[in-house]
Amino acid sequence: MASLKELSKRTEGLVGGHRACAGCAASTAIRQILLAAGDKPTVTGICTGCMEVVTTIFPYTAWNVNLVHNAFENSAATVSGMEAAYRALKRKGKIDAEIQFIAFGGDGGTYDIGLQSLSGAIERRHKMLYVCYDNEAYMNTGYQRSSATPYCAHTTTSPAGTKIPGKPQKRKDLTEIIIAHDPAYAAQATPGYYMDLIRKVEKALAADGPSFINVLSPCVPGWGYPLNQTMNISKLAVETLFWPIYEWQDGKYKINMKPREPKPLVDFLKLQARFRHLLKPGNEHLLEELQAEVNRRWEVLLRKEQATNG
Amino acid sequence: MKTIAKTGNEAMAYAMKQINPDVVAAYPITPATEIVQIFSNYVADGEVDTEFVAVESEHSALSACVGASIAGGRVMTSTSSQGLALMHEILYIAAGNRLPIVIALVNRSLSAPINIHCDHSDTMGSREAGWMQLYCANSQEAYDSLIIALKVAEQTAVPAIVSTDAFIISHAMERLEVLEDEEVQRFIGEYKPRFSALDLENPKTFGPLDLQDYFFEHKRAQIDDFSKVLGTYNKVAQEYAELSGRYYPALEEYKTDDADVAIFTAGSTADTAKEVVDGLREQGRKVGLVRMRMWRPLPVEEIKAALGKFKAVAVMDRSDTMADFGGPVFLETRGILYDAKKKPLLTDYVYGLGGRNIDISDILRVYDEIEQVAKQGKIDKLITYLGVRGEE
Ligand SMILES: Cc1ncc(C[n+]2csc(CCOP(=O)(O)OP(=O)(O)O)c2C)c(N)n1
Repeated sequence: MASLKELSKRTEGLVGGHRACAGCAASTAIRQILLAAGDKPTVTGICTGCMEVVTTIFPYTAWNVNLVHNAFENSAATVSGMEAAYRALKRKGKIDAEIQFIAFGGDGGTYDIGLQSLSGAIERRHKMLYVCYDNEAYMNTGYQRSSATPYCAHTTTSPAGTKIPGKPQKRKDLTEIIIAHDPAYAAQATPGYYMDLIRKVEKALAADGPSFINVLSPCVPGWGYPLNQTMNISKLAVETLFWPIYEWQDGKYKINMKPREPKPLVDFLKLQARFRHLLKPGNEHLLEELQAEVNRRWEVLLRKEQATNG
Repeated sequence: MKTIAKTGNEAMAYAMKQINPDVVAAYPITPATEIVQIFSNYVADGEVDTEFVAVESEHSALSACVGASIAGGRVMTSTSSQGLALMHEILYIAAGNRLPIVIALVNRSLSAPINIHCDHSDTMGSREAGWMQLYCANSQEAYDSLIIALKVAEQTAVPAIVSTDAFIISHAMERLEVLEDEEVQRFIGEYKPRFSALDLENPKTFGPLDLQDYFFEHKRAQIDDFSKVLGTYNKVAQEYAELSGRYYPALEEYKTDDADVAIFTAGSTADTAKEVVDGLREQGRKVGLVRMRMWRPLPVEEIKAALGKFKAVAVMDRSDTMADFGGPVFLETRGILYDAKKKPLLTDYVYGLGGRNIDISDILRVYDEIEQVAKQGKIDKLITYLGVRGEE
């Protein structure tokens, strides 16, 4: 794995000057991912969403690598096509470089509207890494719920009101859906644990086939926390078991960080405006439900790890 | 030159084989399914060295084509009806990014009610997407047009749809003359993309966000280039005629020189109408036919000049606009003729929706009526829904 020192010498794939919000985790994650990929030529694609919008305002671009934006739901399909063309052109001797492909999408473009195109691309086994930067809502259109939005989170289309306390449904477990596709590699990560993320990108790109990394990416305006807390919140998500960082390869699970003493979930929730209503008197049962759900999922994950490594 | 028997679908697949594109990404839909089915056999047998991407939807088919084309590949796909509708969003993106993708399309009506037979509502619904549109009258033409369209598309950076009529052309066996593989390859030449996302020396951002300060200029430039397609088409069609002996003007006129009246139509109906014209000519009736082959971009001057000769013209539309003012061909033709010095009386016949048969007697009736219009010097009925039960 590349050391921090080596990474610091690489050319940045995503440079400053873009218009992401201060404290944006997604832009940090993409920067880290492109650094991790940076020892080989890399060509990328992206869904419509915050990261595309803030980095590509014509005539400027923050990308030092080729980037293709097609539409909201199809970066997986678009990059499939690029990878197919690459194979054809290579076979015909028109290209000789070894190129690796990365597709990016937000949780909306990945869990929801783009799930089909991602599923198709993995099933066809295009050799590419798909990265979902998961900020748990549609941020580009002003913070609406997605199927990645957690239970009870307030969003503009799942508002916390007097009758309904935020999003009534649990989040979709996309990572497990992708694992069911039997990809070459799949993982969950977050830029808070950046060396873990870097290592996973290297593994994913080295894997022989389609790979997937789901990157939890806290969002300052959406989640409503102080902008200097992004990395802290990224870590808290892991330390409270809200977002386990783990990987899956060849049928085996590996949990990369097992807090000896997991922090209570409320430590993660209380920093964020989207969960503020949960702290009000009378909502204790919701907090309990949320904690129980996190514990249940963690147990399931532990059992999966045990069962597949036994 | 070989003579073979092929259906429209086989002819399109055969042209695709001879073109040997870098990437074909496609999804099956009746009645275009055969095209990719046949093509995937060429792939399986190593007769082409195309990457065939059997995607999970038409939306992804065209999305993958966009990716492949931006990556510098020569790219084709095939679809019909709902498939084209599902591609609709990406049609604009392909055109806006100036990607010379070619779709072998079989015209079929759009749901609902679901129907698998021919009308032109699918391509007519996509006519503002920035794609060249060619409507073919038979299998021979479908084969030839696919080759011509690819070359025009690559020269102009405008994507192209070449269409045939569902089942009438797609599944009917015809006598066909085909070129040798090498002749096709020589004609289309090596594809040299203007840019490529696989060009590592000059990384670029493709498909960026374009706000109020640039979007309009970029669109205007696209529109400007689009209007040059006709000129390029005329040149390429001429070159193709020299190679094959078959010449396809953007707008075809049949026995129009001294005609008083004409039918203006597209697709397979034009071939049926030619039969009718021949019969009526034997009776000494001065009738002709104008066939719309290229519909996007619109050959405005050609249409003006062709139709300006007649006393009366019956436009035949195989789709409707739901504007309560006739079909798209009628509306646009009226628009074109508005400031023409010489213009005919113009009526519209919406016909054949959902594959309703159009036969010689229907077309005879249209000629009878349009002659009547010419004689009277006035129109009694502007729009007729031809042969609809309960209508007349
Ligand atoms: C077909 C289509 N529907 C809706 C939109 C509007 N839209 C653009 S981005 C976006 C949300 C993106 O959310 P997500 O994928 O989570 O990425 P984020 O903005 O959070 O980075 C939506 C709904 C669109 N561009 N295309």
